[in-house]
Amino acid sequence: MKEIRLSGSGGQGLITAGIILAEAAIMEGKQAIQSQSYGPEARGGSSKAEVLIDDKFIYHPKVVNPQIFLAMTQQAMDKYSHDLTPDSIVIVDEDLVPRPHGSQHMIKVPITRLSVEHLGRDLFANIIALGLLVKVTGAVSFETIQKAVAKRVPPATVAKNMEALRIGYESVQ
Amino acid sequence: MSEARLMQGNEACAEGAVAAGVRFFGGYPITPSTEIAEYMAVNLPKVGGTFIQMEDEIAGIGVVLGASLAGKKALTATSGPGFSLKQELIGYAAIAEIPVVIVNVQRMGPSTGQPTSPAQADIMQARWGTHGDHPMIALSPWTVRESFDVAIKAVNYAERFRTPVIILLDEVVGHMRERVELPQAHEIEIYPRRVPDKTKAQGYKPYTPMEDLVPNPADFGTGYRIHCTGLVHDETGFPSGSPSITEQTIERLHEKIARVQEEITHYDEFFMDDAEIAVVAFGGTARTAYAAVEAARSAGRKVGMIRIMTIWPFADSVMRNLAKRVKGILVPEMNYGQYVYEVERAAAGQAKVVSLPKYNSEVFTPDEIGQAIEELAAEVAE
Repeated sequence: MKEIRLSGSGGQGLITAGIILAEAAIMEGKQAIQSQSYGPEARGGSSKAEVLIDDKFIYHPKVVNPQIFLAMTQQAMDKYSHDLTPDSIVIVDEDLVPRPHGSQHMIKVPITRLSVEHLGRDLFANIIALGLLVKVTGAVSFETIQKAVAKRVPPATVAKNMEALRIGYESVQ
Repeated sequence: MSEARLMQGNEACAEGAVAAGVRFFGGYPITPSTEIAEYMAVNLPKVGGTFIQMEDEIAGIGVVLGASLAGKKALTATSGPGFSLKQELIGYAAIAEIPVVIVNVQRMGPSTGQPTSPAQADIMQARWGTHGDHPMIALSPWTVRESFDVAIKAVNYAERFRTPVIILLDEVVGHMRERVELPQAHEIEIYPRRVPDKTKAQGYKPYTPMEDLVPNPADFGTGYRIHCTGLVHDETGFPSGSPSITEQTIERLHEKIARVQEEITHYDEFFMDDAEIAVVAFGGTARTAYAAVEAARSAGRKVGMIRIMTIWPFADSVMRNLAKRVKGILVPEMNYGQYVYEVERAAAGQAKVVSLPKYNSEVFTPDEIGQAIEELAAEVAE
């Protein structure tokens, strides 16, 4: 089973990214669960989304052993990393998470900066992160995640989101 | 079956209700149930139904009772604080025999509590929240797909027994998204609104019980005269101060549900063949319990599981029989201990019943339940 946690602040679009990843897994015929946790605030505050992907029905609906942990703010890094193991892979937005920790397996990418530089706005950071997650986890194929993103985002933004996915996917080896 | 898709528990519950014929939603948005109202606002108008956001929780169930009396299958959705406010009208629906479904997506209480955190602490409130003697049907789904199925059952039971039915979702199942394949319309059985079997000339009285002890009062606006009250009433629907009518009414309200108890008690058994201990769980907690039981089985532990869907009426005979089959019963629940006392009562000393409560606003981990299984196994082995 793949166990993935995406964290950041409310409004960064990480719950949406988690939903798209789970939808992509279902498109490939797999089982998937997405859940989230957030505070009572409408905006701001820390939030996390979790995605579980497996070939068989998943009972316990939460991450127990985080294989992949994405943090898009320092606060989320600190708040949601208590159960990381030495095998966990930590992916951070290197500009927004100055003090990553929890594992030696660290991937640092200027996710939000890439969005602003290449696409003009920080709005696409979540989709860049999604491309990056797909590359690192191999949870679904790049073609499937393209389809899943295209299905979810507003039609006028499909081209930019496809570009965002590619930027994320190619941001790591 | 429809194509597989990712769907949220709340969304599936709302879709199930509409599939069962619900055409009226009244309510007031509250986390973690709001997605049900959102779904209804978007989708009810598409099928000729009505969505109303009311000024508060009490009005939210008030219009639902009114819509039901006027012939619409009707539902409201809320969470703890709103569920508290709706209690009086749930009692009104019980005695006036108005079909209505109340969804309570449980969150951490009491009061405002932890609005975005899960709990299963409204078990007893669902049973006894409204005052006076009354039966109650409450169903708790454990998967997104079952949230759809339970909504259909709840609407059908409300209509068939003309009684309020509570869907006890919890934040875990209500807010999680998972893969579902839903049945097509022709695969779904729907219980139609009951209609009078007699005309006025033939001696129609709105509250004359039929063979199944349920009356067939006419819907408002269908040409019949009807009086509807929260007071004890006779077959005409008008208040009665008679002790014998009072006694008959209370007995009939209970008996119309008691006589179908076995039929409406839904549960699953897992790994029970040679089990020496059993975990009894429901809702989101049952998913974690299953993971723990499966792991304990792989380690050679003789442990099984009963997953309860029908919270009320309580599964008395299921638990009584279970206590004869096993030495120990573990009851994990996201509260300070509620359902466990009913299990203990039914077990009547035949098996050791152990409570595993959780009330820190977080869900169980499989390890927590696994450890409690080990401890209970060691205890009953002595």
